[in-house]
Amino acid sequence: MVPPSTAQRLCFLSLLLLLLLLAAAASATADAAAAEEFTEELLLRPLPDRKALAHFHFRSSAPPASAAGRHHLLFPKAISQLVQKFHISELELSFTQGRWNYEQWGGYDPMSTNNAKPPGVELWAIFDLPLAEIDATWKNLTHTLSGLFCASINFLESSTAFSAPRWGFKLNEGNLRYGALPREAVCTENLTPWLKLLPCRDKAGIASLLYRPSVYKGYYHSQKLKLKSSQSLGIILDQTLTVVLQPNTVSGKQLHSTGGQLQPSWSMEHLFSKKLSGKCLVSKSSRVFVEIEKGIVDNVDKAGSDVSWNNDLFVLSTAPDRSLKELDNLEVQSSSLYEYDVNNYNNDKPLNVGITWKLPLIWSCTRAPYHASRFLMGSGNERGSIAMSFLSTGLDKQLVDSSNDCSIKAVVFQVVPWYVKIYYHSLEVFIDGNSKAISEVVDKIHVTPSEDKLLPGTMEMLLKFPCSMQLATLTLDFDKGFLHIDEYPPDANQGFDIPSALVSFPEFNSSRSYPEADPLFVSPLLENFKEDGVVKSYTEVLLVPLTTPDFSMPYNVITFTCTVLALYFGSLLNALRRRIGEEERGLKKADKRRGLIPLLIAKLRGQKVDPSESESTSPASLLRSKLLLKVVFVAVVAIVFHYLSNS
Amino acid sequence: MAIRHYWSMAVAAVGFRLVLVLFGGDLHLASRPEVSTPLTSLRRLAEGYWLKQASMSPYSGSMYHGSPLLLSVLGPLTSKRSGGHHSHIYCSLVFVAVDFIAAMLIRSTGRTLQMARNRSLKSLDLRKSVNNSVNVSAGDTASLIYLWNPWTIITCVGSCTSPIENLMVVIMLHGACSRLAPLAAFGYVMATHLSLYPAILILPVALLLGYGPDTPPTKVFLQKGLSANKIDMSDNGKGTSQKGFGQFSWKPILHFILWVFIWSCYVLLLNSIILNKVGGLQEMFEKTYGFILTVKDLSPNIGVLWYFFAEVFDFFRSFFLIVFNMNIIFMVLPLAIRLKHRPCFLAFVYTAIVAMLKSYPSAGDSALYLGLLGLFANELAEMQFTFFLFFGYIGVSLLSPVMHNLWIWRGTGNANFYFATGLAYTCLQTVLVVETVSSMIKHDRKLRLLTKA
Repeated sequence: MVPPSTAQRLCFLSLLLLLLLLAAAASATADAAAAEEFTEELLLRPLPDRKALAHFHFRSSAPPASAAGRHHLLFPKAISQLVQKFHISELELSFTQGRWNYEQWGGYDPMSTNNAKPPGVELWAIFDLPLAEIDATWKNLTHTLSGLFCASINFLESSTAFSAPRWGFKLNEGNLRYGALPREAVCTENLTPWLKLLPCRDKAGIASLLYRPSVYKGYYHSQKLKLKSSQSLGIILDQTLTVVLQPNTVSGKQLHSTGGQLQPSWSMEHLFSKKLSGKCLVSKSSRVFVEIEKGIVDNVDKAGSDVSWNNDLFVLSTAPDRSLKELDNLEVQSSSLYEYDVNNYNNDKPLNVGITWKLPLIWSCTRAPYHASRFLMGSGNERGSIAMSFLSTGLDKQLVDSSNDCSIKAVVFQVVPWYVKIYYHSLEVFIDGNSKAISEVVDKIHVTPSEDKLLPGTMEMLLKFPCSMQLATLTLDFDKGFLHIDEYPPDANQGFDIPSALVSFPEFNSSRSYPEADPLFVSPLLENFKEDGVVKSYTEVLLVPLTTPDFSMPYNVITFTCTVLALYFGSLLNALRRRIGEEERGLKKADKRRGLIPLLIAKLRGQKVDPSESESTSPASLLRSKLLLKVVFVAVVAIVFHYLSNS
Repeated sequence: MAIRHYWSMAVAAVGFRLVLVLFGGDLHLASRPEVSTPLTSLRRLAEGYWLKQASMSPYSGSMYHGSPLLLSVLGPLTSKRSGGHHSHIYCSLVFVAVDFIAAMLIRSTGRTLQMARNRSLKSLDLRKSVNNSVNVSAGDTASLIYLWNPWTIITCVGSCTSPIENLMVVIMLHGACSRLAPLAAFGYVMATHLSLYPAILILPVALLLGYGPDTPPTKVFLQKGLSANKIDMSDNGKGTSQKGFGQFSWKPILHFILWVFIWSCYVLLLNSIILNKVGGLQEMFEKTYGFILTVKDLSPNIGVLWYFFAEVFDFFRSFFLIVFNMNIIFMVLPLAIRLKHRPCFLAFVYTAIVAMLKSYPSAGDSALYLGLLGLFANELAEMQFTFFLFFGYIGVSLLSPVMHNLWIWRGTGNANFYFATGLAYTCLQTVLVVETVSSMIKHDRKLRLLTKA
């Protein structure tokens, strides 16, 4: 065959390019509305305990797969392939370091219910697949994510690590899988692949603020990836990063003339050691919000001034482009938001939002109806119990009229590894210190008991507490399992982590609404806040020390045990085999057939050979003396021969 | 020679148990590894019952591994009641009764054995020469040993189901000794159903039903018959009377097999009714027998296998599982050949071997064979190392809790400490088994020599 000439090739290529361009143009005109979009947002909020919260929110969305084909402009290809391959309809993966402080940082707002996550890695996914295929798909998914995010998410592959809650975590038809790795260390190697999914990475836009030393110096940071996919909407990828930082202001403790201690004043530069110098160019919108909490708003109202960006209590460093009022689900104003559009700022005029306090101020955040915590009881390495306590925060007094038969519902979901063997029948409930019957408090319970080396134990419980209750405690006894030496991690004596339990209060909703915002104003961050969010809180991770065998002993144990068993086998068989009668007879025979040498010795010693024997067997003795002579003869010959040959 | 004050002592033992159950408070014996194993723990049974009440399979989760029958009998008694007593008090009362019944059955078995022994000695004309040395009422001794053995007491008080398993074995022996095929079959089927290992007791039971209770070896009778024939050749009538001994009769055995079949069908039927809709018989076999044979639970007990399987390399696991399970079976045939004339003693040796080599041994298993040991007090009077064994058992039972405490609770010792007591205990049991077998063989030989003389 003749090879095609270069001209022919060029022609062909240009034709192809033209075709492609045409196709792209056609698709662009057809679905102009449903093109891929990217938005970036940042929310800053002062916290009551002199810290500051920064919440980054990046949303990439892709139209339904059929419209755009396999090519993406902004949307990360890795994610769309993942969604298509594993038929994911919803997925959430979070990496968290540190614990969210529900008392100080809030427990009843969208931030805490959506973005407060348990330490380590948490992954859940809802699959759009037949139930039989889900477990296998989950296993593949964990490996893919593990590779994608440089984390040991593949440990969630083992059937002992994940569970399938039905209603305790999120209502589903059995197509949800949930797994958590409380001990996973989260650091910058997980953040880099996460940033790679953004179109501008951390080179431009809001993500450029993510200066690693300041982010990882924080008290809490949680990076999250949330995926939603459906045939009609396409794929929506929400990437959020929530950090709680200590502002490193120069004058740490400013004393005000009135005697109180001022909150630290901070700005972006203090928090991230960087200013924001413009947006990521491909982003559709790029905004920064400053949220002033209800506690401060109430104080400002009390002081009599208007809640603007510059009032008696505080002043924002830059005038906001817009301010919004936030209403909670009971239509009460909860907080104010000040919005800055990053479009208006550039390299010459960078954005550096900050807050400066004028007066000392103490406020508190809104809290969940109960503060849930979990702890271990008992000592020793044989057994123990898990206790869960619900301490009333007094919220219900304000919200619900305290009639006698009112009650508050709480849903508890907890997964326990198999080596913590829980006795579910030992569940006990104490309300204000008094033991109560289970049926009075537990409305509904669903338990999947753990199978040794096969399944973790899952417990979903719907509890109903009386409104007047101050403190409820639930206890469950467990036995500690004993593992094979290979199943212990390298640092076996550190103990084993039990993942956080999730407590949710279905009657309390943390969704917010923004009545003043015009309908054209679209912010994915605030949309998330508007979503129906049940108040949730995660409890602490528990550390259970398990007893260890001696890791250096396998050979000794094997040899000792086998020796003892061989001893048993051998000695018993010997006892059975022995026939004492025969042995005695055998001994007698041996006596009779005395050999030559003993006889010789006896003769040499001058002993008399048994007279009866010698008398009775005279021919034999004659024979023996002949034999003796022969032996002496041979010996003499040998000596002579030896003597002669030597000389 | 019956023991004086037998009844007062037996009643005192029962009273002692009742005092411990009612007023002892919670002694935490139920969580002792020596007392309750994953198979016999009453706490696990309560969990299984709770799961079943929640319309789940009692075997879901790796908690319960016992029989569904126990679940329906003891389960309702474990549910929590208000009151000052600890939760398992009703079960403990049942176990006290069970222990007493077992002791009574051992006593009557002992009497049967004693009668058989006296009869055979009489026919051998050895009564005087043997009885001069020792003659205690074996049944009374054995039942008192069973009742007053500290291990039986802690097993009874410590809420685990071993007393019931022991009772079934005793029922089987009693039934076989009194040649009641249905009773023996019931005991056999139940004991096998509850803990699998008594399955090997089919040989002694068959021998008991075929030959009758323990006698000196047939050879002795033949010898006696020969010498008798030699002495009075003229009197031909006497020689034939000796042939009654050592005849194997098949009829009771066929009876027994028939009844075993009936009872096992019945037990399986009951089980499938209980497990209806919450898992089936397949799951039951996997979770009970499978759990016993594959040693899945590695929690410490007084045996050695838990530590062995916690340490052994994974690719050797199946091999050693086969070896250890076969180890029990290997000895069945040699022992049966050598001791076929003493089926009851054979049953005792089998129980002792099982208690030593089973996957989850407990003090309750040892309590059973130590009780049965009393039945052979006359034959084993010349046993060696009794002092060593007695104090060995005391030493192990004192050291084992100490080592366990050091390892688990205080954290100052490690697993090897506890494992060492397990090793020592296995050695002690080995010595006991070997010594009893060889002294029984010696005893038989002595009888033969006496008949010859």
